Amino acid sequence: MFKILKKEILNNTVSMMKIHAPYISKKALPGQFVIIRIDEFGERFPLTIFDYDRNLETIDIIYQKVGTSTMKLDKLNEQDYILDIVGPLGKASELENYNKTIVVSGGVGGAIACPLSRRLKELGTHTEIISGFRTKDLVILEKNMREIDNNLVICTDDGSYGRKALVTEILQEKLNKNKYDLVVTVGPIVMMKAVCELTKKYNIKTIASMISIMIDGTGMCGGCRLTVDGQVKFACVDGPDFDGHLIDFDEAITRNNMYRNEEKISREKYCNLKLL
Amino acid sequence: MIINNNKFKEPVEILNKTERVSSFKEVEFVLSDSNALKEAQRCLNCKTRPCVSGCPVGVKIPEFINCIVNNNLEKAYDIISENNFLPAICGRVCPQEKQCESKCVKNKIGEPVAIGRLERYVSDKFIQKNNNYKNNTNKNSRKIAVIGSGPSGLTCAAELASKNFQVDIFEALHTPGGVLSYGIPKFRLPRNILDSEISKLKNLGVNIKTNIIIGKSLSIKDLFDMNYSAVYISTGAGLPKLMNIPGENLVGVYYANEFLTRVNLMNAHDTNYDTPMKIPEKILVIGGGNVAMDVARTAVRIGCKEVFVMYRRTEQDMPARRDEVIHAKEENIKFLFLKTPVKFIGENNILTGLKYVNININNNKLEPDYTQEFELKINNIIIAIGNNSNKILFESEHNNINFEPDGRIITNTETTQTSMKYVYAGGDAVTGAATVIEAMGAGKRAAEQIQKDLENI
Repeated sequence: MFKILKKEILNNTVSMMKIHAPYISKKALPGQFVIIRIDEFGERFPLTIFDYDRNLETIDIIYQKVGTSTMKLDKLNEQDYILDIVGPLGKASELENYNKTIVVSGGVGGAIACPLSRRLKELGTHTEIISGFRTKDLVILEKNMREIDNNLVICTDDGSYGRKALVTEILQEKLNKNKYDLVVTVGPIVMMKAVCELTKKYNIKTIASMISIMIDGTGMCGGCRLTVDGQVKFACVDGPDFDGHLIDFDEAITRNNMYRNEEKISREKYCNLKLL
Repeated sequence: MIINNNKFKEPVEILNKTERVSSFKEVEFVLSDSNALKEAQRCLNCKTRPCVSGCPVGVKIPEFINCIVNNNLEKAYDIISENNFLPAICGRVCPQEKQCESKCVKNKIGEPVAIGRLERYVSDKFIQKNNNYKNNTNKNSRKIAVIGSGPSGLTCAAELASKNFQVDIFEALHTPGGVLSYGIPKFRLPRNILDSEISKLKNLGVNIKTNIIIGKSLSIKDLFDMNYSAVYISTGAGLPKLMNIPGENLVGVYYANEFLTRVNLMNAHDTNYDTPMKIPEKILVIGGGNVAMDVARTAVRIGCKEVFVMYRRTEQDMPARRDEVIHAKEENIKFLFLKTPVKFIGENNILTGLKYVNININNNKLEPDYTQEFELKINNIIIAIGNNSNKILFESEHNNINFEPDGRIITNTETTQTSMKYVYAGGDAVTGAATVIEAMGAGKRAAEQIQKDLENI
């Protein structure tokens, strides 16, 4: 059982939790994730480790209420317990030896973009962040990102906050102006695909973080697999980071939507139960 | 003494087909008292005891059967559990026809003595009894770490705990049992049986720590820093083997592990649980082992209307337990023998069919006939062609455990010692996917070796 020490609402659909998880907090590194099962009926689903404190033995997770499991998680409050959390899973991001980077984040992808940017800055890498959201109400982690990059560019699809632009438009402006040796992208797969298509033209190495459908998170089920450079890879053990220029994104998009109907039915059922 | 000269095994009741295909109830019943006695009376009590040589843990088979004949079932159980910590499980899942029963002299004139069924008969009577493994509260100060709570780890832990060591088992999943829990379906191994066998360990004072992955949450070095004197690695073979043919990542192509884990571990077929599951009308399983049978028969039970199994060899060559194949056929599962897939076909990344070819067998060599390709329209295929060992453990810092390129840990087979001092390994993690009982045998050998090695320091 894992105790929730703190819960903070970031926007209408996204919240952060600080959880007591001694083993995980001691080993966690930026880019890694945990798998959570909320109660005995729960599914196992992955969430990125946003932050950790080795002394206080805590990890921070950020989640968006999109399905039954995240809605169930959101029902829990400070002092409540989560039944199972296992980790840290996946390989830590390899961010060493770069000079100048751009981190391109979309929506709740900021939960991964933040720790990766922080790590890059710690390593002495010049780090710029572009963070895109659909609309103003969905903006999260602005303060955290600005602490890392004072010139943080926030953009929204509808122009309600920051610049009215897609992240790729801002990325292109930057790539036209300066030389970078790494782009990191985290967010919706469609966005990451667009980012990678753009950076390929500029021939800049690009890392994409591919946290997908998983059960065990240890390489057992194979549900999370994707094609990278024509090879079968497991996001849980070989990733979650992959060379963005080698990922078959169209396949990844289809795979990620595999259970969309089932998830919709489950979510509707859960919401109806709540109304009773 | 009464000798039963029946050439064939005494009958055992099995669940009727209609109830089978709509539930996860156990298929085979336990032998009735009268039939168990008659079956036991078929045993000739040979002096040479060939059956014992066929048992990887050396259960004293004629002796326990003789106790059944003499109506001393409790003693029969004591004899079995001298060598076997999980008899109720082995009686159900061991491939007896390839092990003990294959050596039975009765094979010469008919069917062997139903050793597996008799083992189960005795074990089910005493499932709660814990006799030969006693919890000695006078634990010595030595702590042992066991990695993985499958059959090998459970056995090693039980042996060591009954010899006064403090044993902690580290399990990566949220529930113990390893393949017994996520892999073998309930209709072959009911969960109350598994739970009872595992609870025996808790009675021995063994702690099972779930949600800890050695190699990730803790390293091997951490375990020694935490004052464990020895480590037994029994992490199993959980990494699915790939087919390595085009289209493997299409939506609709699954590995057996995912399918079985969703049903067995997560109860995804039950809408009270949150894990999603697709219930296809028609499904094709590739493979001919127990896992392939488990997948096919599980598919029937969750509501698939048509289930096919494609296997590259013949029915006689199938590595699956014979009973499982018979039951599968009774459950209307269709078999396609001597065929192998060459390509998964898809549209927009979704599986629509399979291209396959026929296979000829010449002198036991498989010769696929690539001159003619056939096509099967299908939207769901489950690959069940085996598993490799998981390499996640080797991400442990400062470990110097040698392993094969495919992930199997290299050990001294006799002693189970690895290349790292006071680190031992056994079960599927060493052999690749094999049987429950062989994994248990390794756990036992490891326990003996650990005891021996620690005496000297």
